Amino acid sequence: MMEFLEQLTNGLARGGIYALIALGYTMVYGVMKLINFAHGELFALGAYLGYCLLVTTNLAGSLGPYLAIGLTIIMVMGLVSLAGHVLERVAYRPLRHADRLAAVVSALGASIFLQNAIMLVWGARFRAFGSNLFPNFLITIGGLKIPLIRIVVLASALLVMWALRIFIHRSRMGLAIRAAAIDQKAAKLMGVDVRQVITVVFIIGPALGGLAGLLVGLYYGQINFNIGQLYGLKAFTAAIIGGIGNITGAMVGGLLLGLIETLGAGYISVGWKDAFTFVVLILILIVRPTGLLPERVVEKL
Amino acid sequence: MKNHHHANWKANLAIGALLLIFMLIPWFFNAIGLKTGPYWLDVLNTVGLYTMLALSLNVILGYAGMFHMGHAAFFAVGAYTTAILNLNFGWSIFATIPVAALAAGLLAAIIAGPIIHLRGDYLLIVTIGIVEITRIALTNDIFGLTGGPNGLVGIARPNIFGFRLSKPHHFFYFIWIMVGISYVLFNFLENSRFGRALKYIKEDAVAAENMGVNTTLYKLLAFVLGSGWAGVAGTIYASQMRTVSPDSFTFDESVLLFTIVILGGSGNQKGVLLGSFMVIGLPEIFRNFQDKRLLVFGAALVLMMIFRPEGLFPPKAAKLKLSEAWSAKIEGEGDSFSDASSDRKFTGDNLDASPKEA
Repeated sequence: MMEFLEQLTNGLARGGIYALIALGYTMVYGVMKLINFAHGELFALGAYLGYCLLVTTNLAGSLGPYLAIGLTIIMVMGLVSLAGHVLERVAYRPLRHADRLAAVVSALGASIFLQNAIMLVWGARFRAFGSNLFPNFLITIGGLKIPLIRIVVLASALLVMWALRIFIHRSRMGLAIRAAAIDQKAAKLMGVDVRQVITVVFIIGPALGGLAGLLVGLYYGQINFNIGQLYGLKAFTAAIIGGIGNITGAMVGGLLLGLIETLGAGYISVGWKDAFTFVVLILILIVRPTGLLPERVVEKL
Repeated sequence: MKNHHHANWKANLAIGALLLIFMLIPWFFNAIGLKTGPYWLDVLNTVGLYTMLALSLNVILGYAGMFHMGHAAFFAVGAYTTAILNLNFGWSIFATIPVAALAAGLLAAIIAGPIIHLRGDYLLIVTIGIVEITRIALTNDIFGLTGGPNGLVGIARPNIFGFRLSKPHHFFYFIWIMVGISYVLFNFLENSRFGRALKYIKEDAVAAENMGVNTTLYKLLAFVLGSGWAGVAGTIYASQMRTVSPDSFTFDESVLLFTIVILGGSGNQKGVLLGSFMVIGLPEIFRNFQDKRLLVFGAALVLMMIFRPEGLFPPKAAKLKLSEAWSAKIEGEGDSFSDASSDRKFTGDNLDASPKEA
């Protein structure tokens, strides 16, 4: 039972990270109907910027762990959203009216470019965050020992998702985003500045992705230049499972996927860990072709 | 009409001459005593193999318009089928070709059955899932036949009537003849009733269905045919490399094939041919960039799509014959009509404007 709870909390933390990345995919898809393949790379950029700030410049040593991590979170989110904005300007804006496949290939190109840029800057080997960055002790809840970092990861993921929900459902901009996601043309006719919506989406999505990258670095302790592809694909799968374009769906899909993967690896087979994700995806899509919580509008084909 | 035939005849002659020159490349390398000749032939062989794969993907992605980003899975099934039959049962390479095609096609049929109706992007992620599951299954030594992460080694060379293909120039002819066969075969397909049905489905699946085209069946057939042909390419790959391992059949390979087809001009075989030279061949020429090659490649893909969003050679749209008066009018209208092909553009303005002009 203890082992199960252990796996459960681990799965939730992993799922929280997937959910954060999935939100970026789903928001961009909702508004632009574009699979932003480079989003995984923005996530990786977040991880490396976190590494750069915390380890290379030794921010934790000079400011103390809590202040340093708080500051790093803000800086990483800011820098990655800047990168996301540049990406949108350079690789996607010129293709807004082009065929969808052209935008997909442009996204793939941007992804290859960013992945290799990261490799050229930080090298191909693993980078370790180091275990003494953060006072990581075990917290005992009713006999269950949970590392502090796991709680931090899950709590920050949930907090950010809650804030995003408030923003999307309560603010004017959130309303504009929802309107543009349902029907871009109609939203434009109603006076929504769709270009501004896209800009905002390309700031929020990458910021969440960058945060997820930093959390992965802190949680697993090491990062590699191709984590972007690995996590990106899984998170995109999570967004699809939840019903792409649906913000709640991305959160549910992410958490579900984290659980399935961790429990599958723990109780069935470690070797097949990465395959569970896709098997579950195919099974869900066979039963519900547009995901668990699909968009409310039917796309005409 | 006559003019059209005349132009065709000239174009065919030019293509024939180009083909002849191309087929003389190994001889030419040998004649000038090029030391790096075998290396460049190997590059051309790789280009050929990818061309064959891309042509088969073109049936699925280009003709039928299905977003398929997992083609490497069926390539893998073909390669492993050949490897297993050859190593465990001593089959000759040529004898394994039909079995490799059948195995890849059968797997495609089984997988595609329940997912064929999925909408564009959902299909895309499922096919990515298929290629990942396949790679993981091969790595985990599924059925105890695939040799795990190291794969299988020691596959025989192909043997034609006692002549063993072993040198790069042997494979050059073998591979490029297979490319030629693929090209002709799929060209027939494109212009057949089947090909026209696929084109219709790609343009408007709902309309096609309403006109009595069995869209599910045709899409399934295209998927199975393209995948089976990728299996044949797998056979060639296995016998050329003499070893197969899961690393050769990754998501990245599938992405490469996908970009070749889109870059060339989805649905146009000539474009696909040029696309594979650009995607596979050009990076070899720029080897001096070394580790920056992929960086440049990524940036080039973005730029290509910005400046040629429909690929190098967009497929020609079926043209409706218009009366001369209309043609003249359209010429006069200029830009407002040229955008009509893009379905997401707001074309209401253009339609309103035309009667005023008249």
